[in-house]
Amino acid sequence: MDKLLQLLDTNARLTAEQMAVMLGVPVAEVEERLATMEKAGVVRGYKALIDWDKVDSEHVTAYIDLQIAPSKDKGFDGVAEAIMAFDEVESVTLMSGGYDLSVKITGRSFKDVAMFVAKRLSPLDGVLSTATHFVLKTYKERGVLFDSKEKDERGLV
Amino acid sequence: MNYERIINPALQQLKPSGIRKFFDIAAEMEDVISLSVGEPDFPTPWHIRQEGIGTLEKGRTWYSPNAGLLALRQAIAGYVQRHNGVTYDPKTEILVTVGGSEAIDLCFRALLAPGDEVLIPDPCFVCYDPLTRLAGGVPVSLTTRVEDAFRLTAQALRAAITPRTKLLVLPFPNNPTGAVMPREELEAIAEVLRGTDIMVLSDEIYGELTYDGEHVSITSLPGMQERTVLVSGFSKAFAMTGWRLGYACGPAPVMKMLTKLHQFAIMCAPTTAQYAAIEAMNNGDEDVRTMREEYDMRRRFIVDELNRLGLTCFEPQGAFYVFPSIRRSGMSSEEFCRRLLEEKHVAVVPGTAFGDSGEGFVRISYCYSLEHITEALRRIGEFLQEL
Repeated sequence: MDKLLQLLDTNARLTAEQMAVMLGVPVAEVEERLATMEKAGVVRGYKALIDWDKVDSEHVTAYIDLQIAPSKDKGFDGVAEAIMAFDEVESVTLMSGGYDLSVKITGRSFKDVAMFVAKRLSPLDGVLSTATHFVLKTYKERGVLFDSKEKDERGLV
Repeated sequence: MNYERIINPALQQLKPSGIRKFFDIAAEMEDVISLSVGEPDFPTPWHIRQEGIGTLEKGRTWYSPNAGLLALRQAIAGYVQRHNGVTYDPKTEILVTVGGSEAIDLCFRALLAPGDEVLIPDPCFVCYDPLTRLAGGVPVSLTTRVEDAFRLTAQALRAAITPRTKLLVLPFPNNPTGAVMPREELEAIAEVLRGTDIMVLSDEIYGELTYDGEHVSITSLPGMQERTVLVSGFSKAFAMTGWRLGYACGPAPVMKMLTKLHQFAIMCAPTTAQYAAIEAMNNGDEDVRTMREEYDMRRRFIVDELNRLGLTCFEPQGAFYVFPSIRRSGMSSEEFCRRLLEEKHVAVVPGTAFGDSGEGFVRISYCYSLEHITEALRRIGEFLQEL
């Protein structure tokens, strides 16, 4: 039922009743599928997409590229596990290409984030190098336009 | 210069579009949520655009043959065979036009002698009546009713036929009602027409947007292909409204006349659009399916919500419009729309814009995102509460 997942991906606040109407199936079926998917870890959570720049002047986001020396028994997982435990870390992903782990961090200032990298990330066992990139502006996230409003160019016919 | 004396009096007599001034007001307002447009909110699928762009880059900017690129006519023949089960000869029975609109106009001009009657179901798209008049024909309204799910009945048809009847317009799936004509209903119509000299203009521009079942073309019924001009296009199915491309299929002697008119007035449809359309016909079925499923979800959602708000809607099975009754408000269609616009800044189209049978109804489009639809419905709900 990937139509259901598609709907959730667009708007997680749709109720089971609304989704049932749109998909033309009974509400019970939608509720059951949701419960199954949550249990199986297919759906891991429901989070609002917030433009923090409009709320909080003290909100900085950065992407850190980490080169890792993988350990014999745990590969990259060991370092990833250590990093993902930090609250400041929003996401950790293993990447192909010139570096190994991509880490997304949020903090209260550039200095804040830079210090976090210097004091908490760089010294970790297995971390060979870090490269920090600060987010200056978000145009689009998770399929949603942040900066501009979609202009409807259609006339009246 | 006295332009009033210079201009063709036939044009001056044509009623101007009733909703134009209404939307001029809407255009001036801030924060208007519109549910009134009649075109897809999707842009043309990328691979189709890419094909068009590619031909421009290669400099393919010349006229095509009058009737359209042969490759496109062949693609259309294949498409129509695949979807409707009807065979047309690309060389003599298919014409590529500037939108379905041009095909409709050509059909009237090719078939109507002065005084010929044209039967037009009501409510329907606004172009048939004026184009009939301009071609010298006499439009005759056939009332369709919500009790019949706005389908044309054999009864209504029979009652309207006179010795002067030349043509029946069959616009299904229908704008504004969203009504479709299933096989049995089409058969009942066909039964009335067989053995007469009455032609049919079957406007199937919304054919691909049929929900809960397959679209049936009247051309697939026995004895109908020889008396029907099938009109369709790329605008709604492939989200190519701005490209201006459509087609007409029909019996060779009739198509010859349409082509003659087209040749003099238009030369050929835009070549870039034609190349893009070949790509659409050959590889666009998947995109059509995806868009149709999206419309279908919105359709179910909006019908459910409107019924909940007390604006009863019969369930539309085609196109992207719903036609709810606004009787419970006690207002006329125009008054309802005007007040909804003024008080809640929501724009919908009064049913009367599409014919007298539209009184008591409004047309709401669902070619918008779910968020947009939800917000509009919320405001409509408030409006109804405050009445």
